[in-house]
Amino acid sequence: MNSPVVAEKTGVNVIMLKVLAALLPAVAAYVYFFGPAILVSITLASVAALATEAAVLHLRRYPLRVYLTDGSALVTAWLLALSIPPLAPWWLVVVGTLFAILIAKHLYGGLGNNLFNPAMVGFAALMISFPSHMTHWTAPDVLAHSHWSFSQQMDFMFGGISPADSKLDAITMATPLDTLKTQLHLERTVVDIQSSPIFSMLSGKGTEIIALFYLLGGLYLWQQRIISWHIPASFLAAMFGTAGLFYLFDPAHYASPLFHLFAGGTMLGAFFIATDYVTSPTTPLGKLIFGAGIGVSAYIIRVLGGYPDGVAFAVLFLNSAVPLIDAYTQPRVFGHAGKWFDGRKE
Amino acid sequence: MRTLHPFHGGVHPPEHKIQSTQLPIAVAPLPSRLIVPLRQHNGNPAKPVVAAGDHALKGQMIGAPEGFISAAVHAPTSGRVVAIEMNPAPHPSGLPDLSVVMEADGEDRWIEHQPFDYRAIAPADLRNRLRDAGVVGLGGAVFPSHIKLDATSLETLVINAAECEPYITCDDMLMRERAAEVVQGIAIMQHAMGAREVLIGIEDNKPQAIAAMQAACQGSGFEVVVVPTLYPSGSAKQLIKLLTGKEVPSGALGPQVGVQCFNVATAYTIHRAVNHGEPVISRLVTLTGNMDEPRNYEVLIGTPIGELVKAARPRADTSGYLMGGPMMGLPLSDPGVPVVKATNCVIATSQTLFPPLPRAMPCIRCTRCAAACPADLQPQELFWFAKAKNFAKAQEYKLFDCIECGCCSYVCPSHIPLVQFYRFAKSEIQAQEREKKASERARERHEFRELRLEREKQEKAAKHAAKAAQVAAKPDEEGGDEAAAAAKKAAIQAAIERAKAKKAAVAPQNVEDLPPEAQARIDEIDERRAQARETAEQSVAVQKTDEGQGAQP
Repeated sequence: MNSPVVAEKTGVNVIMLKVLAALLPAVAAYVYFFGPAILVSITLASVAALATEAAVLHLRRYPLRVYLTDGSALVTAWLLALSIPPLAPWWLVVVGTLFAILIAKHLYGGLGNNLFNPAMVGFAALMISFPSHMTHWTAPDVLAHSHWSFSQQMDFMFGGISPADSKLDAITMATPLDTLKTQLHLERTVVDIQSSPIFSMLSGKGTEIIALFYLLGGLYLWQQRIISWHIPASFLAAMFGTAGLFYLFDPAHYASPLFHLFAGGTMLGAFFIATDYVTSPTTPLGKLIFGAGIGVSAYIIRVLGGYPDGVAFAVLFLNSAVPLIDAYTQPRVFGHAGKWFDGRKE
Repeated sequence: MRTLHPFHGGVHPPEHKIQSTQLPIAVAPLPSRLIVPLRQHNGNPAKPVVAAGDHALKGQMIGAPEGFISAAVHAPTSGRVVAIEMNPAPHPSGLPDLSVVMEADGEDRWIEHQPFDYRAIAPADLRNRLRDAGVVGLGGAVFPSHIKLDATSLETLVINAAECEPYITCDDMLMRERAAEVVQGIAIMQHAMGAREVLIGIEDNKPQAIAAMQAACQGSGFEVVVVPTLYPSGSAKQLIKLLTGKEVPSGALGPQVGVQCFNVATAYTIHRAVNHGEPVISRLVTLTGNMDEPRNYEVLIGTPIGELVKAARPRADTSGYLMGGPMMGLPLSDPGVPVVKATNCVIATSQTLFPPLPRAMPCIRCTRCAAACPADLQPQELFWFAKAKNFAKAQEYKLFDCIECGCCSYVCPSHIPLVQFYRFAKSEIQAQEREKKASERARERHEFRELRLEREKQEKAAKHAAKAAQVAAKPDEEGGDEAAAAAKKAAIQAAIERAKAKKAAVAPQNVEDLPPEAQARIDEIDERRAQARETAEQSVAVQKTDEGQGAQP
C-alpha cells in the first residue's frame, strides 16, 4: 500500500466502452442507409480482433482477462469495420483486423506502445493489397437500383455469390469523393458533378447523415472528457481552411469546404481516429499541430494525390511525426521561466 | 472579494471530513511510555541533553537544536528518561531514529515557564526562542519556523489553512475552537517579518472555520480568503499562486517573490510558545477512517500511535494505519511508531474503505495526468523515462519539480502508481549524484596525494643535497642537523594538520539544499584547498626548475 491509496474508478475499459458507445448512433444511421451488412462486418472484425488479441496475449504470457476486457481491441475492430466497404468479403475484414492487431499493435509492444493507429494500418494494408475490393462501396438504399436482401448480402460476403439476376455492380458505386475526382478529370465542373443523385446538401446521400452522427458522438466524447477539443477542432479547421482557399481560388474545380468536412472519413477521423491517445501527441500545442497536419494532408491527398480519400494516410503520416511534435511542444513547467511567468529566477 | 489565480490541474477526491468533525477536540489519554524522536524536523536532529535515568519535567528541553537548521525537542510530560536509543520512527524510509524514551510519572508536572513580550525583544532573539521552543512547520514539512521567519520586508504572509487532503480535519477543528489564539500567533509572525498584508487561505468546505476565523480577525487587518475545495490547494507554492498570483520559481522559496507561507497550526504553536512560554509538546491529530469514533485529539508528541488509536476505537476489520491523508500519507509498517510533530492524521484502513487498486495496465497516453498535474508537468513522459531509467531525460522534463501530490496517480485510468516511479527516479538520481561527488572527491584526493609525494621526494632530495654539501663544507658543524630536525618536525606537523583539514573537508556531509551560510563556508574551504594545491604545485615547479638549474655545471 502506497500513497495515494485512493483512485478514480475510471479504467481503460470505461474509456474504450464510451468510445464504442459514441459510435453507436452513426452505426444505427449506417444500418438505416446501407442495410444491416455493416453489423455483420463489425461482428466479424470484433471476433477476429478478440481472437487475435487472445492468441498473442497467450503467446506473450499476458493475463488474458484484464487485457481482453480493456476494450482496446474492440475499438480498433469497429473503426476498421467502419472504414472499409460494408459489403466487403469476410476475409477482407479478417485480414485487415489481423494485420491491425498482430502487426500494428502487438509487434510494436501491445497496448500503449504502437506508433501507428492500428485500424488505419489495417486499412492502409487492405487499400494497397486489395484496391478493387476496397472500392466496392454499397450505394445508399435510396439509390440502389436493385436492392439486395440480408441473406443475399450474406451470400455475397461469405460465399462471394451474387444473386442470380443481379451483378455486384448493380448495388455498388463510387463514393462521392471518388466520383468528384474522376469526373473532374473529364473536365466537368464541380457544380455539374454535384447535380448527380449521389450528392446531397452537404456531401453524399446518407453518408452526410452518418458523418453528422460521428460529429455528435465526438461531441459526446468531448463532453465526457474522453477527448479534448484540440485535435478535432484543428483537424476540421485546417481542412476547412485549406479547402476554402482552393474553393475561393477556383470554385469550378474544387468542392466547397463544407463538402470536405462531411465527405469520406473526415468526421470519423477527426473525432475517433486522430484522437487515439496512444498515437497522438500529448501536449495541447502538439495536438493542435497534429490535427492541423492531418487536415491539410488529408485534403491534399484527396485533391492532388492518388487516393479518393486521404484521412487514413494523413493520420499515419502524422503518427510518424508524433514523437517529434511532442518533443518540441513541451509546455512550461510551474516555476520555470517562460510565458506568463512573474517569478524572478532563471 | 479577492481575485483568485487558479493553478493548473488539481483533483477533487471524496472529502470524508464530516466524520471527524462531529465531536469537539478531546485530550488524548496520557500514555505510560513516550518515544520522542530527536529528528522531528528538517535539518540536523536535536542533540540529546538528558541521560538515561534522568527525571524530566513536562516542557523540559531533552534535545537541543544542533546547528542552523534544527529545532529543540522537549519532554511531553514529566517522568523518567528510560533510554536514549534507536526506535522505529514514522518516516518513509522505515529506518529507526535516535529517540528519547520516557516513562510518564503520571503527575504531568510542568517545568517553570513564562510568556514574554515579543515586541520588546530583537527579532533574532525571538527566532532563537522559537527554535528553542521546538517550533516547526506543522503542515507536514516540519521545516524549522525560525529560519522561515527570518524573511524581512515581506510583502505577503500567507497562512495555509486550506487543509486540502481528504479525511484530515485537525486544522479545521483548531480554527473552529481556537481561532483567537491562532490569530495571536499570526500577529507574532507578521511582527517578526514586517509583512505588509496577511492572507489566510481556507477551502470552502470548512464554513465554520471560515466564520470563526473571520470573527477572530476583526480589526486585525488579516484577510480570510475562501478558496475552492480542490486538491492540492494546500501545497505552499500552489496556494501562493492561488492567493497572490505569484509563481515561486523552481528551486526557490516564497520570499524570493515577497511571500512567506506558514501552516495555521504553526501559528497556534507560536502563540503558545510566546504568550504562554510553552514549547511544542503536543499537537492536534485527526483519528479517522475505519473507526467507530473518529475525532480530533490533542496528543502528546511521543505517544505510540498503536496506543493512541484505541481512543477512537478502530473497527475489527482494520488492516493498517496511514499517517497523513490518502493522497500523500505514509503507511505505517509498525504501530509502535510515535506521534511526531508531522503527524496530523491517522487513518485506519480496511479492504472496504481503501480497496486495493486494480492491476496496473500499460500507459495509453491519455494525458489525464498532465491535465491534473498542479506543477504543469507531463507525468506520462516522466513515467516513461523513469521506467526506462532514462534519468537524464527525466530531469530534462523537470522531474524534481514534482511535488508528489499524487494527482496523476489518482486520475490514471491504467492505475499506474506514477508517484512511486518518480520517487524511485529521484532517489536513483540523488544516489548517482552522491556517487559522482564522492568519486570526484576521491580523484581530487588522489591527485593531491600524488603532488604531495612528488614534492616530498624533491624536498628530501634537496635536503640530502644540501646536507651533503654542508657535510662537505663543514664536517664538524652540528647546528645544521638541529635545524634540519626542527624543519622536519615542522614539516611533519604541517602534514598532520593538512591531513586533519583534508579529513574534515571530505567527511560525509549533507550537501543538498544548503543554506547560503553553509554554502559560503564550503566555498571558503574549497578555495583554501585550491590555494593549498596551487602552492604545492608551485613549489614542485620551483623545485623542478631548481633541479634543472642544478644539473648544469
